[in-house]
Amino acid sequence: MSTTTQPLLQVDGLVKSFGAVRALSGASLHLMAGEVLAILGDNGAGKSTLVKCIAGSLQPDGGRVLMEGHEVRFRSPRDARDHGVEMVYQDLALFGNLSVAQNFYAGRELTWPSWAGRLGFLRERKMAAETRATLERLGVNIPDISVDVAQMSGGQRQAVAVARAVAFVSKIVILDEPTAALGLREGARVHDLVRMLTEHGVSVILISHNLQEVTELAHRAVVLRRGQVVGEAEPTLENQPLLVSLIVGATPVEAPRRPPPITPPAAAPEAALPPA
Amino acid sequence: MDATAQSRGRSSTRALDLALRFLGAGPIVILAILCAVIALAQPVFLSTVNLQNVLLQSSVVAMLAIGSLVVILTGGIDLSVGSTMALATVIGWEVFQVVGNEGGLLVVAAMVVLGLIVGICNGTIYVVGRIPHPFIVTLATLSIVQSIGTFITHSQPLSGMPTLVNDLGRGFIGPIPVAAIMVGIVAIVATLFLKRTQWGRWIYAVGGDREAARRMSIPVPLVLISAYAVCGSLAGAAGILVAGNIGGASATIGQAAGGLLDAVAAVIIGGASIAGGRGTVWNCIIGALLIGVIRNGLALGGASPFLQGLLVGGTILVAVELDVVRTMIEGRIRTIQSNVGSL
Repeated sequence: MSTTTQPLLQVDGLVKSFGAVRALSGASLHLMAGEVLAILGDNGAGKSTLVKCIAGSLQPDGGRVLMEGHEVRFRSPRDARDHGVEMVYQDLALFGNLSVAQNFYAGRELTWPSWAGRLGFLRERKMAAETRATLERLGVNIPDISVDVAQMSGGQRQAVAVARAVAFVSKIVILDEPTAALGLREGARVHDLVRMLTEHGVSVILISHNLQEVTELAHRAVVLRRGQVVGEAEPTLENQPLLVSLIVGATPVEAPRRPPPITPPAAAPEAALPPA
Repeated sequence: MDATAQSRGRSSTRALDLALRFLGAGPIVILAILCAVIALAQPVFLSTVNLQNVLLQSSVVAMLAIGSLVVILTGGIDLSVGSTMALATVIGWEVFQVVGNEGGLLVVAAMVVLGLIVGICNGTIYVVGRIPHPFIVTLATLSIVQSIGTFITHSQPLSGMPTLVNDLGRGFIGPIPVAAIMVGIVAIVATLFLKRTQWGRWIYAVGGDREAARRMSIPVPLVLISAYAVCGSLAGAAGILVAGNIGGASATIGQAAGGLLDAVAAVIIGGASIAGGRGTVWNCIIGALLIGVIRNGLALGGASPFLQGLLVGGTILVAVELDVVRTMIEGRIRTIQSNVGSL
């Protein structure tokens, strides 16, 4: 198999329990380079758990994760970051008491001299300059990057969180409900950032409840239900009812005009797309 | 959104920005006003002897306050600073009995190390034991440490300290107390550490949002333990100043005036947020000076020493309320920003 068709990310049968609750019971999916993959599913389906396992925030109880064909085991978010995976959490993981530039480099500050390690001096000016340059490059308008993030609106904070991930990512960005709390205009800015990412060959995993957004942005959508991937489809307008029925677990009420691209939940968990 | 609404939004945020800046500068303004008022009522306040007295008294509180600030910045609290300071003087005295006057450096080191050990214990028990709040841990160590001290001394004060300690505690370089110079040096180092190093930045981050810090791969447990270690060490250092001042050791000092209460009050009055993530060393020192000036002013005026607590307590309430106002103003700025839609 040539490397151009090998998936960037392959997740096989991830299992994760929290005490008696089985959040993931054998979830599998794959992701190609430069692709936007949407993960759909109702509340409690396991979407956040799945991506947190991919991002190194949680360790799965079973199953494998492969990146570019090699099995990886991320023991921490830093592990995942070192492999090029960045995540923007639903609550953004921003520090309200720090400025935009300080948030950008939180946890990976530039210091001098290098032998001083964690007690090294912060290179504030360089970090501020890099942050400003990155925000400009991404078209994010923050008039004053020295302001505390606590003073910024929800849209600005989301933009900063996404820009932070975009600035440092090399391979995969995971966005967990990025526009859930935003208005239309601010949401559109986030969509622009996502499109910019794919133009640069970065892949995006997008968790969203918003089928409209998924239809606009994603190349493929997988549906998670009760900790398993129950179906996959191209998120087009025509497939929306199908996706909804997969999410809620109902069988389609009427037969679609074209042969369904995926078999209903009763059949195998992951089936391939039909030829176009 | 049209231009007039945008400019209106910007001018209201400008007014709010000014308010925020004033709140930040609050403590020093209050200190200046207070000094002026007291100087008018009691001119002796401005005499060299009296000012030196104020500096000396405030130095111990300032040292404790700087240590407490580091812990409060992480969203925690260390209730054991007073008793750690007291036990440090006792341990220093015990070492003095062994090493004599030539061992001044050893005595000083022993006091700081004692503080460091207590601090590491506090931090480790809190983190490893997953205690819900450091209030609980440090309340326990307050009691344990104080008991150790009173057990050793039978609650009697002990007399005698090496010359070095006496010089540090009540000596002068020119008109300035050595104690104040020590506090100054510690303040500069602490400020550099908190504001200019990566580890110091992590202390603010952990205090700002502990979960976010974990997600950004900041070593939260180590940062927390280090904060308590620093606090304990500075409590030990405060013990040096006290021991030198009284020329001996006492296991029962350090709880109220000139101890834990004044230290935490100084941090809060200085504008640090009790929830963590906000505060500066400089403002702690202003807070310590404020308390020192209040106590001194009341003493000069012949007021009952019991009234001092009243004023200090009142100042804490005002400071905390100002912190609440600051949070409200930030929220308002946030709302205006999203309405104006500056993105």
